Amino acid sequence: MEKKIVLRTKGVGKYFYDPVKFKVLDDISFEAYRGEFLTLVGKSGSGKSTLLYILSTMDTEYEGELFIDEEKITGQNLNKLAAIRNKNIGFVFQFHYLLPEFSCLKNVMVPALKLGKFSHEEVEHQAYERLEMLGIKDQALKPASKLSGGQQQRVAIARALINNPKIIMCDEPTGNLDSKNTQIVFDIFKQITKEFNQTIIAVTHDNDFAKASDRTIELADGKIISHGLDKTKS
Amino acid sequence: MRSVNTEIALTHILTRKRQTIVASLGVSIGIAIYICLNTLIIGTNRYSDNAIFKTTPHIRVYKEDDISKPLSKDTSGKKGTIVIVNPKIANISKNLINPSKLLHDIKNQPDVTAAAPMVTANIFYNNGKSQLTGVGWGLNIIEGDAMFDIQSTMVVGDLRTLLNTPNGIIIGVGIADKLNIKLNDNISVISSVGVIKLMKVVGFFKSSNAVTDKSKSYMNLATAQQLLEEGPNYVTDIYVKIKDPEAAVQYATVLGKLTGYSTEDWKAANELFVAGKKIRAVMFLFISWAILLVAAFGIYNILNMTVSQKLNDIAILKANGFSGKDVVSIFVMEAMVMGIIGTLIGFLLSSIIVTLLSRIYIGADIGYFPIQFEFSVSMTGVGVGLLVTFFAGYIPARKASKVDPVAIFRK
Repeated sequence: MEKKIVLRTKGVGKYFYDPVKFKVLDDISFEAYRGEFLTLVGKSGSGKSTLLYILSTMDTEYEGELFIDEEKITGQNLNKLAAIRNKNIGFVFQFHYLLPEFSCLKNVMVPALKLGKFSHEEVEHQAYERLEMLGIKDQALKPASKLSGGQQQRVAIARALINNPKIIMCDEPTGNLDSKNTQIVFDIFKQITKEFNQTIIAVTHDNDFAKASDRTIELADGKIISHGLDKTKS
Repeated sequence: MRSVNTEIALTHILTRKRQTIVASLGVSIGIAIYICLNTLIIGTNRYSDNAIFKTTPHIRVYKEDDISKPLSKDTSGKKGTIVIVNPKIANISKNLINPSKLLHDIKNQPDVTAAAPMVTANIFYNNGKSQLTGVGWGLNIIEGDAMFDIQSTMVVGDLRTLLNTPNGIIIGVGIADKLNIKLNDNISVISSVGVIKLMKVVGFFKSSNAVTDKSKSYMNLATAQQLLEEGPNYVTDIYVKIKDPEAAVQYATVLGKLTGYSTEDWKAANELFVAGKKIRAVMFLFISWAILLVAAFGIYNILNMTVSQKLNDIAILKANGFSGKDVVSIFVMEAMVMGIIGTLIGFLLSSIIVTLLSRIYIGADIGYFPIQFEFSVSMTGVGVGLLVTFFAGYIPARKASKVDPVAIFRK
């Protein structure tokens, strides 16, 4: 099967100005493919999280160019970027970041309601499907704040999946979880990439997690030192 | 279908009911006081206008005193004798010429609701040896009642008796007290030109002004004319009532052009009163807006706090594809919900306060507190309340929309 590029960067660089001007990212160029489980690793301060936020389209102050699905993202206005995020990108963060006042179900539904492609009933049905896939359907109507950390992370994953985004970006998705829950999350990610052909780009400290992914890009001092090997081919 | 923005805004509000209610009550009190103060000022203005209109007509048409002119003046342009004469009020009759035609013309004006001819005479009231100076108003008492609501000031006797009593007179209670006069007593009246008439007292009136009560009397037009040794065509003033008293200033000019005589509107005749009214209006406006602003700060404050507490939520929403506009609309909606609840409660509260106030008995000729429900004021209050809460919500909402999600996630 031919690999299709879903995300591509060209010479991305970024400076921090506080307290002194400092180049965090330098000439980052790489591609991510459809259905790929890609991890970004590196020591603290290597710039991997900074890179993830640029890829996420939320950070717009950088040099170089970013393409998602061969559409140029760099330079688009903020409202357009918000729409692109809504449609194409799902997020999973280290500290699960759910809306505490809403039930799990509502949390999962929010991005889909924003997209407005399906009716309220259909969105609800889809949200139940996602929750079921992640094994937390029985928690659907509980307030998000009442769930355990592992369960909350799964709700966050369900929310990231609701709009069938092309890419799911994760910042330390397992950083806060015990080994059992880490394994669950990992299995889900595998399933997403293999069964649904969606791309995962995850920043991680967890070497076991990175090793088990399809490909690992390693950063050091703002530069890519290894593009990694595609383990699915070997 | 309810939009997701509305759903989020409502959830925020429902999960912090206490704060919402506190902010709403702030608005309620602001709006209630705003409506009450403005209703109060309309009520008192209406009362004091009515008090004024019991003695002052909307417009008075009269002949201005002429000042005598120099006998001769320089007409050659360069040289000549200028004769300077000490100018004085010319001794000319104050009669309005052809009053019945004037009256007819004035009554035919579209906005004129009533017009009455008047003769005022300076007179002395005598009872035995005691004497009082005063002014006699000669008029058709029914027309006069239509204009000044004389009936409401009557304490003894009936206006209509005057119609059937050619030499009848209605005097102020102050005159009656001082001269020790009872109903149907006779008093002698002497005019400034020396005519003496014996008149029968057919009624007493009591206005809100003690000086008026001690000097003023009403009599038939013909009696006043006789007191001044004048004939039935002698009329010194024509009093005019128009539909909208506020238009009196412009309308006085119209009537002046129409009749060729001088005109005076009630505002010019009561400048002090009009100035007092303006001061009151500015004062109340200031107070009511100050209170509204305090209420607005309440909403601003609570929303500002909400925004600070919800930075995480805002970052999540933005990450999930909500634009700045969506965030603004969520928080403005929250402010508007508080504003709508607050304004409605404020409206109800003001209605209750106004009703209670209108039941307070003041006494004298005021009777009950001069206040009543004013629809337009209430609607303005509701409108202003919503406008103010919109802006109070918009400022923190804009701040929320500017939240940089990356900065939040990196913490």
